[in-house]
Amino acid sequence: MATVLTERGEFDVTTARASGEDLWLSARDAAESTGWVLKPEGLCKDETCVPLPRGREGEFARGEQVNVAALWRHLGQPLVHSDRGHAWVLATSARERAAALRSLEAPDFTLPDPSGRQHSLSDYRGKKVFLVTWASW
Amino acid sequence: MWQGLYEELAGENFIVIAVAMDSREADALPWIEAAKPTYPTLIDREHRLADLYGVVNVPQAIWIDEAGRIVRPAEAAGAYEGFRRMNRTTREMPEDAAQLTAQAKTTYLDAIRDWARRGAASEHAFSAEAARAHLPALTDDTATAQAMFRLGQFLLRHGEPEEGQRWLGEATRRHPDSWCIWRQSAGKNDLGLAALPDFWARVEALGANRYYLPVDMKGMP
Repeated sequence: MATVLTERGEFDVTTARASGEDLWLSARDAAESTGWVLKPEGLCKDETCVPLPRGREGEFARGEQVNVAALWRHLGQPLVHSDRGHAWVLATSARERAAALRSLEAPDFTLPDPSGRQHSLSDYRGKKVFLVTWASW
Repeated sequence: MWQGLYEELAGENFIVIAVAMDSREADALPWIEAAKPTYPTLIDREHRLADLYGVVNVPQAIWIDEAGRIVRPAEAAGAYEGFRRMNRTTREMPEDAAQLTAQAKTTYLDAIRDWARRGAASEHAFSAEAARAHLPALTDDTATAQAMFRLGQFLLRHGEPEEGQRWLGEATRRHPDSWCIWRQSAGKNDLGLAALPDFWARVEALGANRYYLPVDMKGMP
């Protein structure tokens, strides 16, 4: 059991097996939490497929299990986990974030208001949006 | 704080979305209840806007046009660092510092009005080239820091304050320019503000550097 925090949200994965710097999830849980799908040609997300490095396939996939931590390191994406391996953050690389900003298309996000209702930036497409941060601190 | 502006510009196809960079929702709620804004106020407990837009301080704002295009990347939203010269007992500001602070606010509000009314024709809406030139720098360190911050906040929420605080400290070491990470993590005074002596020491250590990075806008101090 581990909680996996990704771009897609927070997932309590009962089948997760953490061992040192490795995090094995069922292929199905890996796909649901990270978007990366195990296929015959390698690990694929949307249109992108990453072939498993020759001779090291077992570091990434064994049967129906995927080591998402190894995949993250291979992709050069930020990865941190709690001391006892029960919480893992699989983050998005600065390169990808910077490229998104350079496109000038405002990155979409979904956040709750105090009543719990979720709002996405894209809900407000068609208006000029003054997106302003503040904090109690 | 933005309610008046929102009402004034409501007919201009303009909306305010205020995002509280507060990891504990309960800290933000009294402020929202007191202000009763009619525009959306969202709670960003994991500082997603820092990860996506490079927000490092509050108030910072991003201007986004009708097509969803960034016309001004994250920057200080009318804030000026007059507070650095405030008397910390009486909370009074020297006249000139107060004037510059007021000027920053007025200049910024007028710029928003101009953009809301004139759109891309406003001198304050950056061209694509200028908008790109003003993007904040996102690096492996800043991205890793945001991941550490998220892990730290997860642990705090799940009853593991010691390890949680340690990750927040790691996040600050990776991304020392982020006041969002530091102040969210820091001790708070009796007003709930991260303005204990360690805050003022950190501000002093800026020296000639700015607490709010300079904003490229005509008339802005």
